[in-house]
Amino acid sequence: MKNSSRRGFMGKAFGAVAGVGAIGSLYAMKKSWDPLPSVKAAGFTTLDMSAYAENELVTEKWRGKPIFVLKLTADMLKAMKSKKNDMDRLIKVDGSYYMVTIGLCTHLGCIPGYRPETEDFLCACHGGMYDASGDVTKAPPPRGLDIPPFKIDGTKLVLGEEGSEYKAMKENGITL
Amino acid sequence: MAHFTKATSVKDWFNQRLAVEKVEKVMMSEYWIPKNINFLWAMGMVLVITFALLLVSGIFLLMYYQPNVNTAFDSVNYTIMREVDFGWLWRHVHGVAASVVFLIIYIHMFTGIYYGSYKKGREMIWISGMLLFVAFSAEAFSGYMLPWGQMSYWAGMVITNLFAGGSLHADGLVEWIRGDYVPAQAFLTRFFMLHVLLIPLAIMGLIGLHFAALRIPHVNNQDGEEVDFDAEAKKYLAGDKAGSKVMRFANDFMAKDMMVVGIYLVFFFYLVFFHYGFAMDPVNFDPADGLKTPAHIYPEWYFLWSYEILRPFSTDIGLMAFAFAQVIFVLLPFLDRSPNTVPASRRGLFQIWFWAMLVDMIVLTAMGKLPPAGIFSTIGLVAALTFIGLWIALPFITKMEKKA
Repeated sequence: MKNSSRRGFMGKAFGAVAGVGAIGSLYAMKKSWDPLPSVKAAGFTTLDMSAYAENELVTEKWRGKPIFVLKLTADMLKAMKSKKNDMDRLIKVDGSYYMVTIGLCTHLGCIPGYRPETEDFLCACHGGMYDASGDVTKAPPPRGLDIPPFKIDGTKLVLGEEGSEYKAMKENGITL
Repeated sequence: MAHFTKATSVKDWFNQRLAVEKVEKVMMSEYWIPKNINFLWAMGMVLVITFALLLVSGIFLLMYYQPNVNTAFDSVNYTIMREVDFGWLWRHVHGVAASVVFLIIYIHMFTGIYYGSYKKGREMIWISGMLLFVAFSAEAFSGYMLPWGQMSYWAGMVITNLFAGGSLHADGLVEWIRGDYVPAQAFLTRFFMLHVLLIPLAIMGLIGLHFAALRIPHVNNQDGEEVDFDAEAKKYLAGDKAGSKVMRFANDFMAKDMMVVGIYLVFFFYLVFFHYGFAMDPVNFDPADGLKTPAHIYPEWYFLWSYEILRPFSTDIGLMAFAFAQVIFVLLPFLDRSPNTVPASRRGLFQIWFWAMLVDMIVLTAMGKLPPAGIFSTIGLVAALTFIGLWIALPFITKMEKKA
């Protein structure tokens, strides 16, 4: 600093101020692109689980995405008992077992269709298949249908909130 | 020299203040173009004209388009198409030009590759050109969102999902880009902004850079000959027009340039008036619905080759192959290790490389449109691997090339 001219000092001072300003503006720009509070606040959906019929797929909506809700029959559960991974994917509410997943194929995001007679899902886009627990049975999907964050609240299920059951699923790698 | 005299004419008045004569010389009458070229050298002007058509038609569409998820679809398909006088004309010009501009860009690009116009001081022309290609791709994608039909919505969903980076699961980044968990109002408005302001600004800046990059190395010619532009220009100005290897940009070169543009415009308006359907996907005439995926989601034809490089692999490898395909063309001047700037036909193995690359990209494009099943998915996989293999081979085959 001692040897630099006053002009050089002015240049450095301007550079420092402008640099701080540039970082500040970038931060503001980044934050302006964030989802709005109103968008985030609308990110919760409450489902009354007693209203669903067995082996009948209902598509709900959460954060603009389709949510598959499937109440499993006793026969389906019996068939699934041998597959631990499948059982872990189910959500138990008030004594009944439900499959609740985001209804978007984990391959490229198409919506798979449910076939009640074969009790599985088929994605028409690239032929991926899932069983009644949402676990993948035929590629190309890299993993089973994702499970949305949920919290069990009596006979209700709140989507968008992370309850202890959901956290356990996440830790065990059942869902992402 | 700020000494002004009483103007002798209107031209002189401007000349004293803006040096219009000097500007005219620098930009036109003494901007030298080699004579040894063919109609493929007119593609630059064809692109300028197409960009102008996009700009003008876009300005008219902008007066009635509404960037709102509830009204966007009707503002395009009802207001512009049915109510606005000649609204259909602007929309069809805009849609057809958006598609055709990529055809011309690809011809322009492959002309440059064939004649080696990315070497020996012309690297910045190539790089700025590839940046323009990226900017045009972003412009095409953001524009495709605006009618807010089924294809707009689902293309928006799938393309923004690419930013999650496969197994990286950067869902936060995807939500940040969208401004929502799914494409919705925030997404539509910001892509509207990108389409009508930010990307066009970038494109105009890049066009300036592209032209500026051309000034010093000058336009290449059919033999890749190193022309001494100063000496040839002197010869031309001394009166030996026939003996000189160069001609004026305007009006000499422009006269032929505009003839090619004329032929192009006949073809272009034939498409606009009688065959605009290819640029209008029927699925996009259904309003966006986040709870219903169309049976087949495929991009417009000009993105099919890179889409097909993504498709035959598992998610992560596919993304890497896709990223490779997006950036690799930029590196062409550095991957070509040969010092020869001559047409591909005189470069031995490179000639085979050129035609193999061209055919491979056409095969990828065709396979991208077909359903990924049976023999088509095998051909697609082979073509994708060939694409990557050709680029890996390029430095080696050009290194072996003999000095021409």
